[in-house]
Formats: sequence, structure tokens, C-alpha cells
Amino acid sequence: MWRKLAGSIREYKRPTVFTLLLMVGEALIETMIPFITATLLINPIQRDGENVDMMYIIGIGVLLIVMALVSLTCGGLGGLTCSRASAGFAKNLRHDIFERVQTFSFENIDRFSTSSLVTRMTTDVSNVQMSYMMLIRTAIRSPLMLVFSVVMSAVMGGWLAAIFAVVIPVLVFGLLLISRFAMPAFRRVFKKYDRLNESIEENVRAMRVVKGFSREEYEKEKFGRASDAIRDDFTKAERIVAINTPLMNFCMYFNMIAVLLLGSFMAINGIGGVEIGQISALLTYGMQILMSLMMLSMIYVMLTMSAESAKRICEVLNEVPAMQNPEHPVTEVADGSVDFEGVSFKYSKTAERAALEGIDLHIRAGQTVGIIGGTGSSKSTLVQLIPRLYDATEGTVKVGGKDVREYDISVLRDAVAMVLQKNLLFSGTIKENLRWGNPDATDEDMIEACRLAEAHSFIEAFPDGYDTVIEQGGTNVSGGQKQRLCIARALLKKPKILILDDSTSAVDTKTDAMIRAGFRSYIPETTKVIIAQRISSVQDADLILVMENGCIAAQGTHEALLAGSEIYREVYEQQTNGGDRNEEN
Amino acid sequence: MKKTDVPMKRKINMRVLGRLISMLWHFYPVMIPVAILCIVFSAVTAAIPSFFLNEVTEVITESAQNGLGWDVAAQRVVPAVATLGGFYVVSLIAVTFETQLMARLTQSFLSKLRRRMFDGMQDLPIKYFDTHKHGDIMSHYTNDIDTIRQLVGQSIPTLIRAGVIVFSVFFIMLYFSIPLTLLLIVGVVFMFLVTKVFGGGSAKYFMLFQRSLGKQEGFVQEMMNGQKVIKVFCHEDACQKDFDKLNGELCENATRAHSYANMLGPIIMNIGNVLYVVLAVVGALLLVAGVPNPSIQAIFEGLAPVSVAIIVPFLGMAKQFTGNVNQVSQQINSIVMAMAGAERVFSLMDELAEMDEGYVTLVNARIEEDGKLTEASEHTGHWAWKHPHSDGSVTYQPLRGDVRLFDVDFAYEEGKTVLHDVSVYAEAGQKVAFVGATGAGKTTITNLINRFYDIADGKIRYDGININKIKKSDLRRSLGIVLQETNLFTGSVMDNIRYGKLDATDEECINAARLAGAHDFITRLPQGYETELSSNGANLSQGQRQLLAIARAAVADPPVLIMDEATSSIDTRTEAIVQKGMDALMKGRTVFVIAHRLSTVRNSDVIMVLDHGRIIERGNHEKLIAERGQYYQLYTGAFELE
Repeated sequence: MWRKLAGSIREYKRPTVFTLLLMVGEALIETMIPFITATLLINPIQRDGENVDMMYIIGIGVLLIVMALVSLTCGGLGGLTCSRASAGFAKNLRHDIFERVQTFSFENIDRFSTSSLVTRMTTDVSNVQMSYMMLIRTAIRSPLMLVFSVVMSAVMGGWLAAIFAVVIPVLVFGLLLISRFAMPAFRRVFKKYDRLNESIEENVRAMRVVKGFSREEYEKEKFGRASDAIRDDFTKAERIVAINTPLMNFCMYFNMIAVLLLGSFMAINGIGGVEIGQISALLTYGMQILMSLMMLSMIYVMLTMSAESAKRICEVLNEVPAMQNPEHPVTEVADGSVDFEGVSFKYSKTAERAALEGIDLHIRAGQTVGIIGGTGSSKSTLVQLIPRLYDATEGTVKVGGKDVREYDISVLRDAVAMVLQKNLLFSGTIKENLRWGNPDATDEDMIEACRLAEAHSFIEAFPDGYDTVIEQGGTNVSGGQKQRLCIARALLKKPKILILDDSTSAVDTKTDAMIRAGFRSYIPETTKVIIAQRISSVQDADLILVMENGCIAAQGTHEALLAGSEIYREVYEQQTNGGDRNEEN
Repeated sequence: MKKTDVPMKRKINMRVLGRLISMLWHFYPVMIPVAILCIVFSAVTAAIPSFFLNEVTEVITESAQNGLGWDVAAQRVVPAVATLGGFYVVSLIAVTFETQLMARLTQSFLSKLRRRMFDGMQDLPIKYFDTHKHGDIMSHYTNDIDTIRQLVGQSIPTLIRAGVIVFSVFFIMLYFSIPLTLLLIVGVVFMFLVTKVFGGGSAKYFMLFQRSLGKQEGFVQEMMNGQKVIKVFCHEDACQKDFDKLNGELCENATRAHSYANMLGPIIMNIGNVLYVVLAVVGALLLVAGVPNPSIQAIFEGLAPVSVAIIVPFLGMAKQFTGNVNQVSQQINSIVMAMAGAERVFSLMDELAEMDEGYVTLVNARIEEDGKLTEASEHTGHWAWKHPHSDGSVTYQPLRGDVRLFDVDFAYEEGKTVLHDVSVYAEAGQKVAFVGATGAGKTTITNLINRFYDIADGKIRYDGININKIKKSDLRRSLGIVLQETNLFTGSVMDNIRYGKLDATDEECINAARLAGAHDFITRLPQGYETELSSNGANLSQGQRQLLAIARAAVADPPVLIMDEATSSIDTRTEAIVQKGMDALMKGRTVFVIAHRLSTVRNSDVIMVLDHGRIIERGNHEKLIAERGQYYQLYTGAFELE
């Protein structure tokens, strides 16, 4: 998993290596400083009474200051390079995730929810970025500091350094024990905490229901219970971690007492050549050792915490696109004919029920085909197989006489324009949105397409016309306007097949009829497939399919179906006599 | 992190800090002082070893000079170290106690804070939720609370500890040597200046960083949402290009923002190192030169030259001093963030709760043989309005479900009237429908009946009672609402239906589901009524969710029902199937219906056609068709709804 992520470091290997080197430099110098400072103090004392060399002190002093400045430079530069390396790594990670998502087929997209993908690209990447920054700054520095400090104190303190042989194992063992118990506790709590926040979100969203049923007190009680439960769990986890401080203090105190007592004993008795300078240095090294151990345990905790994020990122990076271009793709679509031969389809291999079953269907180029059916009758599924948004589980789907799997995917999708049921405009001007259909479209092309989609007149009525800015989610145009813009966008592709998946539901019947009339006279060669709830939207089609439970229950012209299909007749009567001429959704 | 805006100025809002602290104090009048005492004690303990180091160093030096043996030295060393050990033992106990206490206290405080926020939020008027983005409200509970956790659990204890250490060490240093202390202070002032420069740059770039982070998140959100459209238009490469541009910008700003923060730490630390060295050199020089050392100690013991016994502990203290100054400087960022977070949390808690001056309540009633109403403590199936009067007497009036609006005007915002002179008379048991384009004011009318909003002018009477006199919770209890956007709760299907009436038996819930036409699909779910719903019932279709919402309203058995696009996602065939149940549900109730689909409203007793906040046509279906007005146009599909 970590290796997979490390693949995204790429050009930021250099700042990473620089950071590591600079940190080595900083650590080296930092451990050297107390050592040399100690000699500064030892020497004057040893030569006590003699003529002490002032220049010697100043010389050492200058050396020390230069060292500190070099260390400062290393540290500062390291701060720079590690920021560059970690921000760059995060950039590449986000790039890779986004790129991978772009290769997803509909099947892959269905597996990830929008919000989970957004979280992966934001919060999760941030977590990994922070860990990475920590890692390159301290992963080499802390162990180095540890080793240097131990070595230096052994060199200087001799047997006195044996104190660390007691302190270090105690601390290491303690820290390991704490993180071992704390981590699972935290992981549990964080999951619960997420759920608590979800329930708040649920409450905020459903506030009208809460107030409508006067359930405020009930909600307070429910939340109070959940919040208290979280508090208890959190406290448990935090209390484990809180042992860190006393443990650390214990080691520091032990160190201090032992050094003072043993140090003075050895110094006075002249054992092991211990001097005051060594005592002072040992105290400093002791702190450094304890600090680097603490840092190491922090890295360990942080890495395990961000492992969850890393796992989620890898899920996206490892997702294999369900659809690949064929090796020798066909790059031209001959005409707009569509054939389904014994097609069945399941959304997943494990699904019990097939979404489509035994579909045989032949549409000639230029025909208009209407599809009606209740919710869940798989109307949308059927048409989504035509531009190969999904692959048929069994049987073949042909466009222009060739299996859709033989085409280059983008060639196929350029020839098959589809207006999705859940259609979307993007933030930007109307023109920018229309250009999605054809990046090179001229103003004339756009006006022509909009005329055909009955969108031109309302666009013209906007103060900024075609340069009107659409807000995110298209909230500043009405549902009917949005649908017409989406149709115009699809028309700009000049497709051989045009599929409207319930795309005129919010458009009034009159305009709807005008759009269809326009299709008939201006794009007669284009095959038109129209899914609708309103019978009036399909009744003049060349062929009408009635879908039920993933099968074509009946097909034929309006008259034939009225005579032959009970379902069709039922819906028709309901919509005309039952009064529902104006169908929404 | 994502929604907290970083203030440009690193200024701490003292008022907010004061309020937060007084709140803490108020919640934990004993625990807080105890914790502070513990912190202060352990901090002082951390500061004092230099005395003992000084003592031991002196002994060693003297022994070396005078050739004294360990036996003599031990008489001074052992008691000194033992005293220090005693301090340490007490300090360890104090630290353990304090950290355990703080872990509990922090979480308990956060829980209290969350509950206060949540409880307060439940009582806020709907207007608050209509005018605030849900994401923003949520971030109070996540990001803002997190910053406060950081503050209470970490920053404040660190600050007290570091403050006490700096303070104590400062005086101990003065005790040992005034000139060396002054030298150190010069260095620390320099450290502060550096912190200020870097901190300013860091804050500035953090702003830019947050901004580009937000921008990129917005883009990702939109694109992930539109991923299928991108596929259909083969627009992948163009999107990638746009994304990379934003991504590069974000990377630049992140690098800059983090650079400042990451450089500051090592630089401050190394300035500390330089100081350490300078002090050692100056100390050594003074030592060699045998210069007298003015200090507080000197006041008591007379001026003496600088000795090793002073320099060794002094160097240790210098490290401690700069280290703690550094700790304080690192907390400043999180304090500024926490203050901004706390301010937002307080602003949520300070929102004014929904006002309720109603005194008429809804009670269970029993009809006596003589036709008189008396209050019952148990569910009787009859309801009555209970009027308390100023003279202490109480009268009861049966609940019928007669709702009338007289000349109602309303504006969500001052000056933008959305309802003009609306009068609606719904007699008990009638079905009243509202039709009209989006924004015509249909939903607004229902918002006024259950007092989600209060009318500006006119009056609304419920069974002849001014609705302002009815207690809001009782008013709403008598009105069942089913909205287009159905909201279900995490829990089982049964729990969700029971939401309408908390003490309903399973049987009552199942009957309600039958009535709503939801029973069929529920029994086909994997675990039937016990099927767990998650994230707003994502495992159900929109139509199924609406059926559940109808069942939820049905179990409440309210005399008045408001259906706002309640069946919009149920296709016409299914609607025809559930129509019977719906008719049964509506029977005997006053019903307000809002629907796009005219088949749903056709059989209403009266249909109101709304246009720009005015009722332009009213009457039943036949009458309106005969009039050939707006309704006729809508009905024949010549107008676009929405």
C-alpha cells in the first residue's frame, strides 16, 4: 500500500532526498554542540591556576557559533524542501486519483459515491501529506539523534552513560504499550465520532420533519445519549495517551537524579574520569534521547492513523477500469442503426435479478423510437448500453452494424449523444457549457443547436445572452430551461444517434412537441431514442417500446399498442382521461 | 480544517476567550483549579533542578580543589538529591493526576458544548436552517469543536506550564547571574522578532492556501458529481487539464504556507542553540577572567566571581527557557484558530430560539354522556384544545381541523412580499389543493400554517383559534406533513415509521404502512420492517422513501395533513395503485395538497391557482376547466411548470 502511494512522489524525490540530507546534517551538528561546549567548560577548570588561553575559548566559541549557524541553515532549508516535497507529493497524488477516476467506466463510478471520492481527494490526501512531511523531517533525524546521543554520551560519560541502558528500554516499552492500546481505541472512537456527525447532519437536513412532528426533545435526548457515549469512549482513549506525559517525566526525572547522584559519586571518587562537563553534557544528551524517542513514537502513531486514509486512496488507484479500448478499434460509425441481439444485463455479477433480459431490438438509422415504462423497468439501462456506458452481460449491442465493443470508445460516444436523466450543467457561461458538445463550435453552430432545442429564445432573453454564467448545479435556470440547454449541448455533437433519457419532463407539452417536430425536419438522418413518462412525447414515434421488469413487454406504433398492449392502454387512459397530461419527473 | 478561515491578523479575541474560560470554570469549579494547581506545581518542579545541580557542581568543584572524599561530599549531595527526588515524586503524582483529569475534563467539556449547541439548535426557527448552509452548520460541530478541543486539551495546559516555567526560570536565572540573564533576554527578543516575521508570512499564505483548497474542493465536487456527463461527452482530458491547473496552484500555495511554518521551528531552535553557545563562551570568558557576578544571590551572600557551579545549571536553564518560549510561540496559531472556532460556536449558541407565546394546548379528551369534554390522561382517539383563562378556569374545545387564512401577507425578507392577500378556507375534512409555478408561494402557505414562519399581516385561525395562541409543539402535532424531499433517519424501517408517534405499537406502524401503500415493498426488503436504513435511506428508491414518509405521517393520525409534492416521485401507475390507500388516509382529514401532477389534485374540494403570491383562480376542477383560465392552460400542458 505504501509502495503504491510512493509511486506518486516522482519528480519530488529530489526535495525529499535533500530534506533527508539536510536533516542528517542538522542532527549531526546538534549532537556535536553539547560535546564541544563541554570541552569549553572542562578545559578552563582543568587548567585551573595555569595561564588559561583566552584565544582558545574564543576560537571554540566561534567554531560553535558557526556550527549553530550551519545547523540553522540546514534546518531552515530542510523546512523549505520538506514543504516542497510534501506539497508536491500531495499534488501528484491528487492528480493520480483524478486521472484514475477519469478512466472509470459507469460501473466503476457506481461503486464510489461522489462524497467519498471528494473526501479521498481532500481530507485523505491531506492526512497522507502531513504524515509524509513528518516522516521525511523526523524519520531519519530522530533515530540519528538517538544513535548520536547514545554514542556521544557513551564516549563522554563512559560508565555514567549506563544510566541510559535503564531509561531507554523503560521508555520504549512504555511508549509501545501505550500506542498499542491507544490506537485501536482511537480507531473505534473516530468511527463512532463520524457517525455522530452524520446524525447531526441528518438532523439538520430533516429539521422540517423534526419540527413538524415536534420531536425536538426526542432528538435532544437521542443526541445527548450519543454524545455521552462518545465522551466516555474518547475519555478512555485519551486517558491511555495521557500516560505519555508522566512516563516521559519519570524518565527525565530518573535521568536527572541518577546523573546527579552517580555523577557526583564518580567525579569525587575519580571513577571513570567523570567531570562536571560530562555531567552537564549527559543531562543534555539525556533530553535529546528522550525527545527523539518521543518523536519516533509520534511518527508511529501518525503513520498508523493515516494508514486508513492511505488505504482509501489506494482503493481508487487500484480500481481497474471496467472497460478498455479494443486493440484495433474501428474509428468510424457507419450509420445510426442500433441492434440488440439477445442482450441481458446485470449491474453486478452477484446481482440476483438481471436488469435487462432477452432484449432483441432493431432500430434503423433515422428512426424515432419512444420508450415508456414504470420506475425500475430498466428503460435507462437499456439505452445506456448503446454508447457503451455499460457492457452487456450477454448478447451483443450493435451500432452501425458493428458490435459496440469493436469501436474506439470516444468515437462511439461522439456518434451517440446522450442526454442523461440526471443531467448537469457545469459552472461557467452558457457558451462554455454548450462547447462541451463541440469545442470548436462557432456562434452560428450554437444558435442553430439552441433553436432546435427551443432554447434560443430564452437565452436571448437573458441580459448576457449566451454569456450568461450558469451557477454550480445550474441553480439559476429553471428545470425546463436546463433540460433544453442539455439537449442543445448534445445536438452540437452532430450525433448519428440522439438519446433523450426523460429529458423533457420539465418542458411543457407544446415546446416538447416543437422540439420533436424540429428533430423530424432538421435532423432526419439521426436516430432518435426518446424515453418519456408522457405518452404525448412518444406517441408519434416510428416505434414505441413498453418496458416492464427489464423486458420489452410490447413494441409497435401508438395505434398498434393501443390495440395490443394493456399496460400501454392503461397508462394512456390514465394520462388522458385521468387528467395527467402534464407529467413531472 | 477546510472551512475554518484563517484570520489575517493574529489577534486573539479576548471577549471570546473570557467567555470560554468562564464557561469552563462554571462547569468545573473544583476540577479546573485543581488541574491548574497540578500544572503549576509540576512546572515549578521542572524549573528548580538548577539549584540542585548548582549545589552538586559546587560540591564536586570543592572536592576537586580540597581533595575531600565522598563521605564528606555525600553529606551535602545526598540530602540535596533526596529533596529533589521528593519534589519529583510529588510532581509525578501531580502530573499523572492532572493529565488524567484533563483527558476527562476536555472530553466532558466538549460533550457538554456539543449538547448545548445541539439543544439550542433544536429550538431555532426554521428560518435559521433556510438561511444557513448545512455544510456551515456542520462545520461548527466538526472543525470548530476540534479547534476548541485543541485549545482546552493542549494549548491552555501547555501555555500555563510553559508560562510558569519561563517565569520561574527567569527568576532563578536572575538569582544566579544578572548579566547572563540579560544576554539571554536579548536573544529571546530576537526570537520573538523572527517569529513575528515568519508568523505573518505564514498567516498570509495560509489564507491563500485555504482559498485554493476551497476552490479545488468545489471543482472536484462538481466534476465527481458530473462524472457520468463527462464520460458521455468524452471530456476527460479537458477536465484533467482544468484540474491540473488548480492542483498546481494549490501545490504552490501549500508549499509557501507550509514553508514558513516548517522553517520557523528549526530556526527558532537553532537560534536557541546559538544563544546556548554564546552563553557558554561568555560564561567561560567570565570564568577565566574571574569577573564578579552581580546576582540576587550576591545580595545575600556577597559579590563573588562567576563559577562553574553557576554556568552549568545556567546553560541548562537557557535551553529550558528558549524551549518553552518556543512552545508558547507554537501555540499561538492554534489559539487564534480556536478563538475563531469558539466565536462561531458561540454565534450558533447565541441564535435566538423560536419564540412561543402560545398557551392553548392539545390534550386527549373524553366525551362524557352529556356531550361535555373532559381531559383524559390516556390516548382516547379524541382530541381537544385546552384554553386556560386568566381567572384560572379551563375550557375545552374539540379538535376539528378547520383551518382558515384571512388576507395573509408574508415576506421572507423585508420588502420582498411573496404572499399577497391570501385567503383560504378549509373546512374540517376538506381537501384543498395549491397549484402554480415554482416560486408562486404554495409551500410558503403551508410554512405559515404550521408556523415555521410567522405571517406579516392578516390572520390564521385553527378551529377558530388564532394560531399564535396555540403552543407551537401542539399545533404541529395536529398537522401531519409529508414533503417532497423525504428525510429518513438512520435506524430500522419500523423506527422510521414510529417517528410519527413514538409510543405506537408495531401493529399500528404496520397498519399505517398498509394505509400508505408501503407495506408491500417493505415486506420485500431483506429484513422487512427491521431493515436498517442508512444515509437517508440510500438503499430505497425515491418513490419508496416517499411512501415511508406518508406512512410516518399516517401513524401520527393527525386531523390535518399537509402533502407538499408528496407523491411526485411515485410514477403514475404506482400512484394509481396507492391511490386507494391515499384516499383512505385523507378521509375525514383536512388535507392541503401541493402537486405538479394535476391528476393528484383533480379530486380536491377546492383548487387554488397561485401566481406570484396571489390566488388568481379558485374552485373545483370542473369549475376551473369551464373557466378556461390559467388552470385550464396548465391542465392542457400549454404552460411550463417549474
